[in-house]
Amino acid sequence: MAVLRDLRVLRGYKFLKMISLSQVCKRYPGGLEALKDITFTIETGEMVFVTGHSGAGKSTLLNLIAAIESPSSGSIIVNGQNLSQLRPAAIPFLRRNFGLIFQDHRLLYDRSVFDNVMLPLEITGFDQGEAAKRVRAALDKVGLLGREKTMPIALSGGEQQRLCIARAIVHRPAILLADEPTGNLDSAYASEILEMFKSFNQVGVTVLISTHDERLIERFSARTLRLQHGELLT
Amino acid sequence: MNRHWRTINTVLRRFAATPLATLLTLCVIGIALSLPAGLYLLLSNLNQAVGGLDAEPQISLFLKLDASKNVIRQIETRLKANPGVKSYRFIEREQALKELSASSGLADVTAGLTHNPLPDAYVINTFENDPTLLEKLRAEAASWPGVETAELDSSWARRLDALLGLGRKITLIVAILLSFGLIAGTGNTIRLQILTRQEEIEVSKLIGATDRFIRLPFLYHGALQGLLGALAGWAIISASAYILNGNIAQLASFYSSTFQLELLDPAETTALLAFSALLGWVGAYLAVGHFLRHFHLSHR
Repeated sequence: MAVLRDLRVLRGYKFLKMISLSQVCKRYPGGLEALKDITFTIETGEMVFVTGHSGAGKSTLLNLIAAIESPSSGSIIVNGQNLSQLRPAAIPFLRRNFGLIFQDHRLLYDRSVFDNVMLPLEITGFDQGEAAKRVRAALDKVGLLGREKTMPIALSGGEQQRLCIARAIVHRPAILLADEPTGNLDSAYASEILEMFKSFNQVGVTVLISTHDERLIERFSARTLRLQHGELLT
Repeated sequence: MNRHWRTINTVLRRFAATPLATLLTLCVIGIALSLPAGLYLLLSNLNQAVGGLDAEPQISLFLKLDASKNVIRQIETRLKANPGVKSYRFIEREQALKELSASSGLADVTAGLTHNPLPDAYVINTFENDPTLLEKLRAEAASWPGVETAELDSSWARRLDALLGLGRKITLIVAILLSFGLIAGTGNTIRLQILTRQEEIEVSKLIGATDRFIRLPFLYHGALQGLLGALAGWAIISASAYILNGNIAQLASFYSSTFQLELLDPAETTALLAFSALLGWVGAYLAVGHFLRHFHLSHR
């Protein structure tokens, strides 16, 4: 942790805050207010849960941070960049700060496990030989080394989720955003996945996990943001 | 560069994965291209066939059969003095008869003649190309004493020239129309490609792919499709020329000619392939551009 603190000092103050929301509102056409006046800060290297009933606004919050949706008002700053001031052409480069993990995995079923994990490195134009090493390292971390040539459809639900995680970490992002990563998994598998997130967090990755599973949160000591009907409970 | 080769490889594998659809698309492109390219080939061959003929305007003066040496000399003086006349050639009637019997296999007919029916003649080349001025010169020469008739000789060659010009224009119009057709057709196949790869595009965008990255495989798809389609078109034209050449050789032999259809030369073939690839690329670019402008990541 001492190294991490030094790193923060080195990088300057603004990078102490990895994610910072200020008075963020999100209204959908038709009047639904998904998020109301949300203000919070997540520091570099922090691990935070977002929890709440379904429809509380967890997914919307994650979408706003990843610039998948834009807020109706308020400002969002990620890794020193104000999202509302980003040109559309800069958004892909912002997204490379993130590793995104989806409840429904969003794997590509027409290519192998290896090629799925390769995709982020292809996108960033990584050198092929180095990329292959990284892909194997990522698959090793999630325990899928040796299944490289398998097609994702042949994997179990838990394995597919781990494949999704390997794809999210292969380009070594600063932030992991996980939307209900344990939603479809039994509790033994779910804790295993959360342990994985914890290990990423320990090497300095900022982790933001949305979940409706309170029992899981109790087992892991981490800050928790509670959403209810689009409002942040304190 | 590495990425481009891998993309081309991926696109070719996608072609191979749907052989029937690919074959049909390539056939459509090939047929669409073979029409203007075939017309072009036909016209350039025709042009070559008649290229040996003199399209320069000529006026033939046929003298009266009883024109005396004196009258002929007078005409020559007039021709020399006329500023519109570039050059002239005198053809004596005896020589004309000899040429006639030698050239066109009419020896039997001419041999049966009791006397030479041909007149002395002058063949005049002019400076002017303009039909009205030529006509004026022809009318003037026709009124000279000793001249029976004066004819504008090259008119048929000029008519052929005009017809070839018309043909070229028609080819151009067909080519332009079919180019738009190809762009639209490629755009449509790329649109279908995009629809089947929407999940891939969405995931790629979510993990930081630029529009450039997403566009590249589709651009290669369009360009390669155009290139392979042009190859199919080239094959269609070549096969057609091969089939027609038997009949053409027969037809040409009646005119004691050894005329054969020439195929597209390497430069023309390269131009055809490159142009078709370019059209495919443009069609793909438009289709992906339209898609990306209207594409928004779905929120879940």
